Amino acid sequence: MNNQIKHPKGDRILLQINNILLAIIVLLIIVPLLYVFLSSLLEPNALIRKGFNLSGSDWSLEGYKRILTDGTIVKGFLNSIIYSAGFTIVTVTVSILAGYTLSVDGLVGKKAFMVFFLITMFFGGGLIPTYFVIRDLGMLNTIWAIIIPGAVNVWFIILARTYFKAIPNELKEAAKIDGASDFRIFMSIILPLSKPIMFVLALYAFIGQWNAYFDAMIYLDDRDLYPLQLVLRSILIQNEVQPGMVADIQARNEIMRIAEMIRYSSIVIASLPLLIMYPFFQKYFEKGVMVGSLK
Amino acid sequence: MQVSVKTKGEPARETKAVFKLKRKMNYIKKNYILYLLIAPAVILTLIFKYIPIYGATIAFKDFSPIRGIMGSEWVGLKHFTSFLTSPNFMEILMNTIKLSSFELLIGFPIPVILALMLNQLRKSSVKKNIQLALYAPHFISVVVISGMVFLFLSPVGPINALLGIFSDKPISFMSDPDYFRTIYIWSGVWQGAGWASIVYVAALANVDPQLHEAATLDGASLLQRIWHIDLPTLKPVMAVLFILAAGGIMGIGFEKAYLLQTPMNSPSSEIIATYVYKRGLLAGDYSFATAVGLFNAVVNVILLVFVNQVVKKLNEGEGLV
Repeated sequence: MNNQIKHPKGDRILLQINNILLAIIVLLIIVPLLYVFLSSLLEPNALIRKGFNLSGSDWSLEGYKRILTDGTIVKGFLNSIIYSAGFTIVTVTVSILAGYTLSVDGLVGKKAFMVFFLITMFFGGGLIPTYFVIRDLGMLNTIWAIIIPGAVNVWFIILARTYFKAIPNELKEAAKIDGASDFRIFMSIILPLSKPIMFVLALYAFIGQWNAYFDAMIYLDDRDLYPLQLVLRSILIQNEVQPGMVADIQARNEIMRIAEMIRYSSIVIASLPLLIMYPFFQKYFEKGVMVGSLK
Repeated sequence: MQVSVKTKGEPARETKAVFKLKRKMNYIKKNYILYLLIAPAVILTLIFKYIPIYGATIAFKDFSPIRGIMGSEWVGLKHFTSFLTSPNFMEILMNTIKLSSFELLIGFPIPVILALMLNQLRKSSVKKNIQLALYAPHFISVVVISGMVFLFLSPVGPINALLGIFSDKPISFMSDPDYFRTIYIWSGVWQGAGWASIVYVAALANVDPQLHEAATLDGASLLQRIWHIDLPTLKPVMAVLFILAAGGIMGIGFEKAYLLQTPMNSPSSEIIATYVYKRGLLAGDYSFATAVGLFNAVVNVILLVFVNQVVKKLNEGEGLV
């Protein structure tokens, strides 16, 4: 393309300002993340006190060591993997199935189904009645309270439906003429074609569950069942140091020092996996947002 | 495949209805598999979304665990009036409205501006990398974000160390109600603005470059082109997202507010959702808390309908529904 159109001078200045502003914004995002990462490897406040004149004695892996030897965070990490994987399987299955049905042309009752689901996006019984239902089903303090109640995600169903609608009808009709049943059509034509949407939904579901703490806080009392985010909450927000992490230390300010290091390194342990992985999946995330915005 | 019944003149209404019903029943029988596929979603929604709506009737009763939802004594609007007349009603309501409307006012336009800025970048590789950096905070959990806020803003934290250049008194941000909203909103912008800009960036990518070239040849400045070409492109997306966001005003996220709340900043951080949680699940005041939550939900629906109407008017008849 010949891009030789001269921009007026004022525009060129504006574009320069734009570049500078974007650079500042990127720094504002990256610097805090780098600060956390570096702090997790340093003695408390070393960066503040010394800036970049760090010496060898400022570096320390003690935060990480204590986290790994205590095991509370490791346990939470494993719990979170189980919850996220379980939740992902359930919610993706339910959404794909429902989304397919709602994508079928001429489905009797389609509108009623849509209204039935959409209402729940804007109106609900609230925290306590929901808690009662889950309690009465005997789900408190079980993994089911985490992976079942939130499994119907209306947004996911709409995404799946939009995706299925784009599959040409001719494909289904041809199979029907050949005598395939609805079930056969779904299993051997639709499902193989729906891998991309399943992958997008699975990513969303997994990350959403990985980063959630609310349901676990309400429905789980047993500390052995805590997902990572709840463990982090007690360390980062409630300032509770896990007793096992500092059992050998007496002096109060020594405990404070260790606690500070544990805070930073626990943030890194919890966040680094996703931060390393998301660039590889970026195009899928964007795809999901796009499909959704098409309605 | 529309079967017309009208050919025989005026069939009785009843037979027409019966005929229609039969056709529907036939369809369902023939395609029962489709209904089996949607069944799990329907059943789960019934159990976990609709039964709680029924359960919310305890807002009108004095719930006693022994007598259950059905058996508890009906007290009408008692809990609603006691909430509406309670001394902290105004404070909690205003905190909720302020927090979420400020969040909307600041948080809504920033992704649009960000997308317009990104759209000016020529090199797509640079753009990709910048976007990658901007998305990063989206993948960090709300617990970690709040933890970072506490660490950064602590009296001995890095922000106070920076401010220490100007004054030697550290500010205790987290225990001052005056800072709560600013902290809440801007940490939200830090985390979410980049991610929220995706939709707009993609919409802008669909603009025909020839439009811009033609406008430039005609002497339009950059700002004029943004105003007359880019913004109109974004308008429909903005309308839908604005309605959704505004509809969520009263449903403002419990999760972060609860994490950032400290006993000291609660004069500005106590919102309806945190209040319901504390009064209901922590204090066991079930009926009262449910009434407060129900009040919130109803206001929310009214707001959604209202905003939808307003946007429809402004957006040439195009709203959400």
